[in-house]
Amino acid sequence: MLKVRVIPCLDVKDGRTVKGVNFVDLRDAGDPVALARAYDAQGADELCFLDITASVEERGAMINVIERTADACFMPLTVGGGVRKPDDMVAMLKAGADKVAINTAAVLEPEILTACARKVGAQAVVMALDVRREGDGWGVYTHGGRKSAGKDAVAFAKRAAELGAGEILLTSMDRDGTRDGYDLDLLRAIRDVVHVPIVASGGAGNVQHMADAVSLGGADAVLAASIFHFGEASVADAKRALAAAGAPVRWTEETAA
Amino acid sequence: MSTLAIIDYGSGNVRSVQRAIESAAAHGGHTINVTLTSDPETIARADRIVLPGVGHYADCAEGLAARTGVIEAISEAAFARGRPFLGVCVGMQLMADVGREDIETPGLGWIGGAVELLAPNDPALPIPHMGWNVLRTTKPHPLLEDLGAEPHVYFVHSYALTAESEEDVAAVTDYGGPFVAAVARNNLFGAQFHPEKSQQTGQRLLSNFLSWRP
Repeated sequence: MLKVRVIPCLDVKDGRTVKGVNFVDLRDAGDPVALARAYDAQGADELCFLDITASVEERGAMINVIERTADACFMPLTVGGGVRKPDDMVAMLKAGADKVAINTAAVLEPEILTACARKVGAQAVVMALDVRREGDGWGVYTHGGRKSAGKDAVAFAKRAAELGAGEILLTSMDRDGTRDGYDLDLLRAIRDVVHVPIVASGGAGNVQHMADAVSLGGADAVLAASIFHFGEASVADAKRALAAAGAPVRWTEETAA
Repeated sequence: MSTLAIIDYGSGNVRSVQRAIESAAAHGGHTINVTLTSDPETIARADRIVLPGVGHYADCAEGLAARTGVIEAISEAAFARGRPFLGVCVGMQLMADVGREDIETPGLGWIGGAVELLAPNDPALPIPHMGWNVLRTTKPHPLLEDLGAEPHVYFVHSYALTAESEEDVAAVTDYGGPFVAAVARNNLFGAQFHPEKSQQTGQRLLSNFLSWRP
C-alpha cells in the first residue's frame, strides 16, 4: 500500500536556510545540507527546498545546495523557487532533485506546464499553488503570495493537472504561519477536481493537524516547516499521529524506535 | 579495479544514481570505479552496467538511440559478455518490447511485454503513483536479499511494465492491484522504483547489485 508522505520543508536564501531553526545537535542550523541529513536520519519521506533568493544571479547557490544534499541523502528531493522554463527544471533535476515546483511562471502562462512535462515527465512537475480565501472560494496568488492572479484556485488546479502537473503543492496563504491547521475545506475542494497527488501545506501547528489533512482533507502528503525545525515534533511524532488516524505510514529503523 | 558504467544519454538524474552507487560501494566494501559515460568502448568493456531513465518513454528511447553505438555496446556487455545489468525506472521500462506512453515506441525487446498506463482498480487512486510503497518478492533474487520484512521503496511513475511471462517478474507492488515493480532474467535486472532514492533499502539493493555474480 502506498504510504502518506511526511515532508519537512526548508526555505533557502543564497544557499542558507532562512526560517529560524532550532535543531538539537546541529552545529550549523543555517546549512540546508546539515538539516537535510538530520531529516534523512529521522526517516522523512521526502524533502522540499524552496529557494527564496531574490536575484537570478544568486541561483547558482541553490544548485550547489541540491548537489550537496543529493550527494549525502539518498531520498526524494523536491525543489522550487524561481523556476521559469523547462530548462530551469532540467538544471535542478541534473543537480539531484527528483521533482521541481513551479509557481508564478505557470500561473501566468499555464501552457508552460505542458512544455515542462514534455521535457522532464509529468511525474517531476509540481504545481506550487499559493491560494487565499476569496468569498466563497479561493484565489490564486503569485510572487510568494503577494500578488493576486485573479484566478479561481479550484479551476486552476484542475487545469494545471490536465496540462501536465504531476502533483499539486497546495499552500493556504491564510493559514501559513498561523499554526491553526491546514485549510481542510480547500484541500477537499481541490481533491474533488484533481486526480494527481496533493501535498498539504500552510498552517501545521501540531501533528494532529497533519492527520486531519489526510483523513479529513484527502491529502496524499503533508508538508511542514516550523514545527519540525524547532524540534516541537519529529517526523516519527507525525507518523504516529497519522497512523493513529488510520493513515498508512512508512516506518524506518529510525522512526520505529 | 572493476568498472561500472552508468549510461549517460541525457536523461535526468544520473548524478544521484552515481552518488548512491558510490555510497553503497563504500559501505559495502566494494572497490569499483563508477563512471557516467556514453562512450561505446567504455560501456562494452564495463564489468557492470546501469541504465537510468527519467521522463518520457519516447524521449528516453530516442536519446539512447541518438548516442551512436551505445545500444550495441550495452548489448555487447549484457549479452555477449554476460555482465550484470540494472535498469532503473524508465531504464527498466526500456527493457520491454514496447512503450505506450502517448505514442507506441519500440524498446530494447529484452523482456516480453509492454509499458502501459497504470490502471488501479480503485479509480480514486491518484496517478502518478508517487511515494513509498512495499516491494513483494515473487521470485527470490540476489538483488532482493536482506531488504527486510516489508521493504519500502520510492516510486514516481504513471506507467508500468506488463510482462508477458511471469517468469520475468521478480517483485510486484500493490496499487489498486499488483503491478510489476521489478523484472529479472539471467544477468538482467530492472527496477520500476528508484533504489538511488530509497534510503537504506535502496543502498542495500545497490550493494547487492555490486556483489551479484549471475
